[in-house]
Order: sequence, then structure tokens, then C-alpha cells
Amino acid sequence: MPIDFNFMVGGEAGQGVQSAGFLLAKVFARGGYHVFADQDYESRVRGGHNFFRIRVSDSNVNAAAEGVDILIALNGDSIELHQPEMVAHGIIVYDGEKIKGGSDDHGSLLSIPLEKLAEEKTADRLMINTVALGAALSLVNYDLNMLNDVLKDRFEKGEVSDKNFAAAKAGYDYVQSKHKGKSRKFQPLSDTKRMLLTGNEAISLGAVAAGCKFMAAYPMTPASSIMEYIAAKSKNLDLVMVHVEDEIAAINMTIGAAYAGVRAMTATSGSGLCLMVEGIGLAGITETPIVIIDAQRPGPAVGLPTRTEQGDLQFVLHAHHSDFPRAILAPATIEDAFWVTVNAFNWADKYQLPVIILTDQHLASSHTTVDLLDLSQVKIDHGILFSEKHNDPLDYMRHRLTKSGISPRAFPGLGKALVVTDCDEHDEEGHLTEDAGERTAQVQKRMRKLISLEKEITTPQRYGPKKAETTLIGWGSTYGAIHEAVDILCREDTRVNMLHLNELWPFPAKAVADAVSKARNSYVIENNATGQLAQLIKTATGYDVTNQILKYDGRPFTPGYITQAVQKGVR
Amino acid sequence: MVAISDYAGLKPAWCPGCGNFGILKALNSALVDMNIEPHRILLVSGIGQAGKLPHYTRGNVFNSLHGRPVPPAIGAKIANSELIVIAISGDGDAYGEGGNHFLHAARRNHDITYLVHNNQIYGLTKGQASPTSDFGFITNTTPYGAANPVNPIALAIISGASFVARGFSGDIDHLSDLIKKGIAHRGFALIDILQPCVSFNHKNTFQWYRERVCKLEDRKYDRSDKKAALEKAFIWGKEIPIGIIYEDNLPVYEDQLPALSVGPLIKQKFNIRRVKKLLAEFI
Repeated sequence: MPIDFNFMVGGEAGQGVQSAGFLLAKVFARGGYHVFADQDYESRVRGGHNFFRIRVSDSNVNAAAEGVDILIALNGDSIELHQPEMVAHGIIVYDGEKIKGGSDDHGSLLSIPLEKLAEEKTADRLMINTVALGAALSLVNYDLNMLNDVLKDRFEKGEVSDKNFAAAKAGYDYVQSKHKGKSRKFQPLSDTKRMLLTGNEAISLGAVAAGCKFMAAYPMTPASSIMEYIAAKSKNLDLVMVHVEDEIAAINMTIGAAYAGVRAMTATSGSGLCLMVEGIGLAGITETPIVIIDAQRPGPAVGLPTRTEQGDLQFVLHAHHSDFPRAILAPATIEDAFWVTVNAFNWADKYQLPVIILTDQHLASSHTTVDLLDLSQVKIDHGILFSEKHNDPLDYMRHRLTKSGISPRAFPGLGKALVVTDCDEHDEEGHLTEDAGERTAQVQKRMRKLISLEKEITTPQRYGPKKAETTLIGWGSTYGAIHEAVDILCREDTRVNMLHLNELWPFPAKAVADAVSKARNSYVIENNATGQLAQLIKTATGYDVTNQILKYDGRPFTPGYITQAVQKGVR
Repeated sequence: MVAISDYAGLKPAWCPGCGNFGILKALNSALVDMNIEPHRILLVSGIGQAGKLPHYTRGNVFNSLHGRPVPPAIGAKIANSELIVIAISGDGDAYGEGGNHFLHAARRNHDITYLVHNNQIYGLTKGQASPTSDFGFITNTTPYGAANPVNPIALAIISGASFVARGFSGDIDHLSDLIKKGIAHRGFALIDILQPCVSFNHKNTFQWYRERVCKLEDRKYDRSDKKAALEKAFIWGKEIPIGIIYEDNLPVYEDQLPALSVGPLIKQKFNIRRVKKLLAEFI
């Protein structure tokens, strides 16, 4: 029987929900399981209600699923809110001496004296979450030594990991002695070593693997962990992360570093990107290669700071006035986020333009297991560079008119060539001009770069039966949920397939038009209120995808949600 | 040897008699005196008549957006610390639109030189009040008089800049000397330059400034004394002090960056093997 099991840790901010959730995800990842874990948290440091879902499977998973098998409830709200989600024979671990259990009509409540055990074994009430974690592992008879190894890696100080282990063991032993055999048994599956990564970590790794040397940013949820990761590794990797005064400085400083010749990026979320818009155009007209990460969250303005949305697509397509080329990418999965980021740096350099990567809170802060990334597959392409060996530096013109529109790049101070560029319209040398002919030539030159960039766009991903009644169309982080919904629907004899885009601009109009025209019935599935991909499809292909499954409550799609929506529609 | 002809740029499109000409001349002669070749400098300017200066000399040029020369100048300096980076603004660019960057660049004390052409008026947009216009100054956008001006000198000193000076475009030799000292200084070097706008500011003219400017160099003055410097920063009226108002050795942002201790970022070879080690941390 295939394994597909859901743990959940629920509690207030400050109770260690994230820490216990992460450790659970990590021990199963170490045991060779595939894991997908997502977080739901409020914009506060203490209190409120947060949960961390960990889906453990023996096959690849890229989405959260409904139904909780074991819930660790660190407060009463967690029981009340999540009891309806429990599967038959699911178990809720809670401390009956401290919190009210509510009704037990599912027979699922399992009271364990978490606080008492924490105090007895570690003299520290803060260890409640770890005691509960041990209890949960005991319920599935998992190898506790696996946790010990994980703790040792996580905590530098031996006494901290020992204390955590003592707490976990207390919970583990308590369950073994009193409630053995309550749940199904799990043993480590294999020795397969997989990475457990968040989307933001995948992007950070992609950036450093691509040779990014500079980042300037201003903290904003859910993008902040990228700048924190880069800052933490800046000494090891000889790179620089500047925490600047605002997003305007972030993008302009990034552009300055890129102009001077190092790979550079910035990261923010929607309303931070609003402040960066002028920089997108500056990179456009000065033809400076930069990578911008937009980890989307619901808006407008501050919106829902800690939640997810795909509401920025139409914004980033058009952000800034006038016409210039740009590229927009949207990773489908956490692993894809690594490769998309590497690609973004190459495109930025080759076509000398801003590349925007659209992720969202769901992708940014979910964890998943990823096979060890094969760095030998990372190819770095800086595009066409000016060589002073073969050319006279006095002849150098930064914005030289060429057939492809791509002018060879030189970097200030590295040779004798003077690198001149301007946010005003400029001539080939880079000096400002108001000449009508030069203006027209420079606009056309910049736009010509799209011709070769369009050839880089790969065909959108297809999945499911070639011939199907219904095609589900999505972009970015919904990949996992839609993919799984296709499997479920096909198993239930509804013939559906999927078309998924992780490259959105230049838009693969021909491939999308082809798919939409052949499908009897198409749905777009998007985490926004107006069907922003549907609008893009309409503009680019003329096809109207009127069936839309839209979700804009700040929560991610699950396969079950999509399945039900399609079934309702198809009927 | 570098000659003044090495710095012959495009023909300026400034008004005849513009105070900017003196600044251009002072900058060019400073670079020649310091024997700096054009390819070693990066001029990052903003928008306004001052923003055009880099086109009228020679060097690497990044003419950036209004109010934004400082962030790209910092980015470029960090990317290639061997570049001599000079940011160039007008008073609107530096103290209005770019105020936040000015404050924080001074606070972090980045190793760049910042020339601010301060004519107390908006020239390019034809005569509106600027953040440094005198109180009560009447323009199209301030028919009842301009509000209090900012004090860029005091602001730079209290924010943490390690070199703060004021020059006058009517005294080219003195200004050129200040620019040389600003370039040689390690840390954020602000040179606020009094620069008459002959078309739109009929109050603060060459004549008006000449009657008021007095050189600090002529007096006994300890410019590393922050309190004394702040006092000087508030003198504006019958006397307007010019020269180095504050200078000290303060920690420089770039010196805090471990990556720069092994040489300019741009010259460091990328080694993917170091990334491989990071992957193991996620298993």
C-alpha cells in the first residue's frame, strides 16, 4: 500500500510550531521519504494560530493534501480548527492537563502530559513541542536515533541538542509504554540522500551557483530569507549582500553592481516591487542585466503579509512606462526554482535586460525533498563580451547597433574602453540624445533582442493523456497541485491533462494557442481574483479561456480543491 | 601623463555663464593633477543640469535616474573597488528626491565622492524652488515663499559622513583642491558646491556668493572636531564658510565586507565547488 501520510503541528506563534514541523520533515527526509511541508502563519511574533503541515510519501510529492493523520496540537485552537480535517483513525496529540480537548466524537484525542514530561526530563517548559514531536514519532514507531542525528546537525551546542533529544525521548517512551501500536508503522525507507529545501533556499542556491556576487535588498515577507541566506554565506562565498534603506535603493544599487560587471540580484514582494518599478525601466534602457525575485503575497498594498497569491503577473508584465524588453519566469516547483534562477542570470546577461522571477509565499516557504542538485548541469553564459585583445578600446560603444540588438558588453575600469550609459535616450556611445533617428534606432535595437530571446522559451509542460476532454492550465507554484489533480481525475475516469507555464514572457503564444484550440474544454487555475494568465492568453493568442478556477483567500490550492472544482464544472 | 585634453567631452548644453562650467573645470583639473586616466573613473549622475556633467568630460558614465546616483555608485564601487567612483547630483537630486539615499550613504560611510551642484533652484524644469532655496524664496511653485531649507552640511555630519566640504564654483582652484581631497579621502566625501543659476536664481548670484564666502583654510580650525564642524555648518548669512568643514577617519562600509578583503569582486574567480559544499547542509 502506498504511503501518503500527513502530520500537522498547530499552535501559537512562539510555541515552536515551525521548529517541530521542520524537524519532523527532516527526519522523514533523512529516512528516504519524499516530503512536502507547507506553513500557514500570521503576521505576528507571538500568539495567533499557526500550523505546519508535513506530507510524507513514498513517491514524489509537490503539493499539500487534505486530511490529517497525526495532529500535534500545542493549543486548544488547533484542536477546534483542525479536528474536522482529521482522517478516520487520525490521532490528535495534546496535553489534556493543560488544554481543553473539545469533543472526542472521532475518538481521535490522545492526551499526553507534555508539559509535565518536559519539566521532569529537561526542567524546561519550552521543550513541550519537542516532547510532542517524540510522541508523534513514537505513534508511527519511527527510529528515534534519526531525530538525534538531525538535532546534532541543527544545534551547534551539544547541550542544546541533548536537551531536545531528552525531551523527544520522554514523549517517545511515554507513548511506547501506554499507547503502542495506535497508528501505522513507519520505518526508514532507504539511504537515498535528498535535500530538504524551501523555495527561497532553492533560489538562493540557484543564484550562488550561477555566480551571483552581489545582492541589495530590503526585508519583506516572504522574500526576506533569500537576503538572509546570501548574507550568511557572503563570507564563505566571497559575495556581498547589502541591506539597504529601501527598495528603491535596492534595485538601483543592484543595477550599479551589474553595470560594473558582477552578477547581481534583488528580492522583494509585491509592494516592495511597486517601489522598484523605476529601476525595471532603468535596467531596460541602460541594458543592464539584473535578476529580480518577486515572492508574491496577496495585495494590494500590504494585503495579507504572510500568505500566498499569484496576483502580480499582469503587474510585472507591464511594470514601468514605455516599451522595452524583459523576461518573466515562474518556477513550478522548489527544484525548478533552482534551475529557473540559474537560467534567469544567463538570460539577463545574454539579452542585457531585467529578468523577473515570480514565486509566491507558498513556494517560498514550503519545504520539499529534492534529489541532490547536479551542479555539473549548471551552465554559465555571460553573453557577448567586448574583447580589447581583438578590438580597439577607443572604438567601444556600449549601445552599438547590431543585427541581433545585442551590443557587446565591457565593464568600467577593467580595460581602456569607456563604458557610457544613460537613462535618457542615448546614442550608440551611450551619451544622451534627442535625435529622432537615434531614438528610433535604439528602441528597435532593444526590442530586437526579443527575437533571439523568444527562441530560448521552451514549450510549456504537458502532463496527462494526450487526448483529453479537459485541459487544466496553470503557471508557477500551482504545478504540484494541478499535476496531482490530473492523476486523481484520470483515476476517476475524467480525462484531463495539464498545460503548465514556468516561462511567461516572452509568451509562448504558439504552443499555448495550439493546446487551447485542441482542447474541448479548458480551465485556467490561478491564485488570483481576475484570471491574470487567462488575460495574457487572450491578449497573446485571441483565445478566451472562460472556465476559471480562481482562489484569492491567501491560501494555496490543494489537489483535492482542484479536483472538486473540475468535477463540479464538468458535470 | 594625463593631460587636460584627455578629459575633452561633448560640448555642454548649459546656459552661457552657468555655474556648472566652473565645476566641470575644477573636476577635470583635479583628475589631471592626480594623474588619473579616464578609464579608471566612474561618474554616476542623476537628473538635472548637474546630471549632464559626465557627458561633458570623459570617463565611464552611468547617468542614472532622478535622485538615484548614490545607490548605483555604491553598487559599482562594491563590484569593483578599484574604480574611483564619483557621484554627481544637483540640490533637488541629492537632497529632495534622493534624500533617503544621501542620509544612509553618509551613515554607512561608503567609499565614494559625492559632488552636489547646489544652486538653490531647479534649473532643468525652469525655476521651481529646491530643498535648499532660502526661506521665503518666491518661485512658480512657492508663490508664498519657500519653506525652511535643508542643511546638507549638518545633515551629512550628523549622519556619519567622514568628509564634508563646501565649495564655490566661482573659485575653481579652491574647488579643484577640495575635489582632490575628497577623492583621496577614504569614506563618504560630500562636496556641496555653491553654484549660481544665471537663468532662474536672481538672488544667489556669483556676486552674492563672492561677497559672502570665506575660506576655512585661512583660519585656525580643527576640522576633526565634530561639534566645531556642526557650528560651522550653521553659519549661513553674511558669511558662508567654504572648505573642508569636517574630516575624520571613520569606519568605511566596504572595509566591513569580508568578500572585498581578497580583492575586487569583479576580479575574483567563481568556484562552483564552494557551492557544492552548501548543498550538503540541506541533507
